[in-house]
Amino acid sequence: MSQDFAHPDVVLCPHGPMLVRGATSIQDADGTVHAVERPVVALCRCEKSSRLPWCDGTHKLIPR
Amino acid sequence: MRLPKPRGVLSEWVLGRLAGTPSVGDAPAADGPDDEAIALWALHEVLYRGFEDASDDAEGDVGLFAVRHRLESGLEERLRSRWAGSDATADVGPAGVPAALEALVAADHGPSLADHVRRHADRDQVMELLRQRSVYHLKEADPTAWVVPRLPVRAKAALVELQFDEYGAGDPNRLHAHLFARGLEAVGLRPEYGAYVDDALPETLELNNALSLFGLRRRLRGAAVGHLAAFEMTSSLPSRKLVQGLDRLGMDGPMATYYDEHVEADAVHEQLAAHDICGTLAEDEPDQVDAILFGAFTCLDLEARFATAMFSSWGVAR
Ligand code: FES
Repeated sequence: MSQDFAHPDVVLCPHGPMLVRGATSIQDADGTVHAVERPVVALCRCEKSSRLPWCDGTHKLIPR
Repeated sequence: MRLPKPRGVLSEWVLGRLAGTPSVGDAPAADGPDDEAIALWALHEVLYRGFEDASDDAEGDVGLFAVRHRLESGLEERLRSRWAGSDATADVGPAGVPAALEALVAADHGPSLADHVRRHADRDQVMELLRQRSVYHLKEADPTAWVVPRLPVRAKAALVELQFDEYGAGDPNRLHAHLFARGLEAVGLRPEYGAYVDDALPETLELNNALSLFGLRRRLRGAAVGHLAAFEMTSSLPSRKLVQGLDRLGMDGPMATYYDEHVEADAVHEQLAAHDICGTLAEDEPDQVDAILFGAFTCLDLEARFATAMFSSWGVAR
């Protein structure tokens, strides 16, 4: 039995980052363009990361 | 790598047999946990890159296989009894697995080596920590690679997506184990695979043996990916602290680069591991739910035991 699985390129993680698959560059809020070197990246949505635009896990320290 | 030093009569028997020396009689009972741990570690290593001074026939030696099986069963029993004795064993359905993993990690209050490195550790303590960590980091991701053929479609695709990143996404220079080797070299430690196994604490060996056990047994595939999830979910923030500690000690450079790589990489991996790997495995094979949580608990528990052992070897109260 074959079946099509959902496999979106962009995934919003609950209380967490935005995963983006297959991007080659990302422009941050300041307009700086960052090259992407990994197959999937996590973009910070909480704006508290120490290395924007990437998520560094800091969102987990924010009380919900 | 060469065979490690024996730590008792059992490991002496096992290592002798690995070296091809004809052994007398059956394997003796172990002298203690340290003896057992190094014996099992060596029996597992035969299945990874192996030892230059071991016989190639060791892989098919049924006598050694019987010892490995016995030691693995003892290890699994010990890990399961810690899991059963914890208050973490809640009733969780397949859809609740990612949240249950998050809750396990949030409830973990093991002593933090990363906090210590960030603020207080001296250079010798960091070097000792790196020697201990090298036992795993030089084969980083390898134990989990065993699991790939044992997973259903979605979990398999997601695990390979994560592992692809661990293995440098095709670029040998970015392979995580290689980044760690370069880091070791830069701080003046030996970068060869297995260089510090003789210095490994029993807690370090137990942590590595558990990973191999989970990776090698199909029945424990859930525990392997549960362990992976807990590992990734507790990596980004501590890695950042380790970078800060290395900078504080003037040890920036390739070793800091290794940990720095893990800040961003593991922020991605923890999402993939909890949802796309563990979450889909639980949905597709609901009988793996308990194994997933057991694996996650074991990761956190063994890390806490390792941290406690390090602090006590340094005489630091925690
Ligand atoms: S979303 Fe992860 S640090 Fe902001």
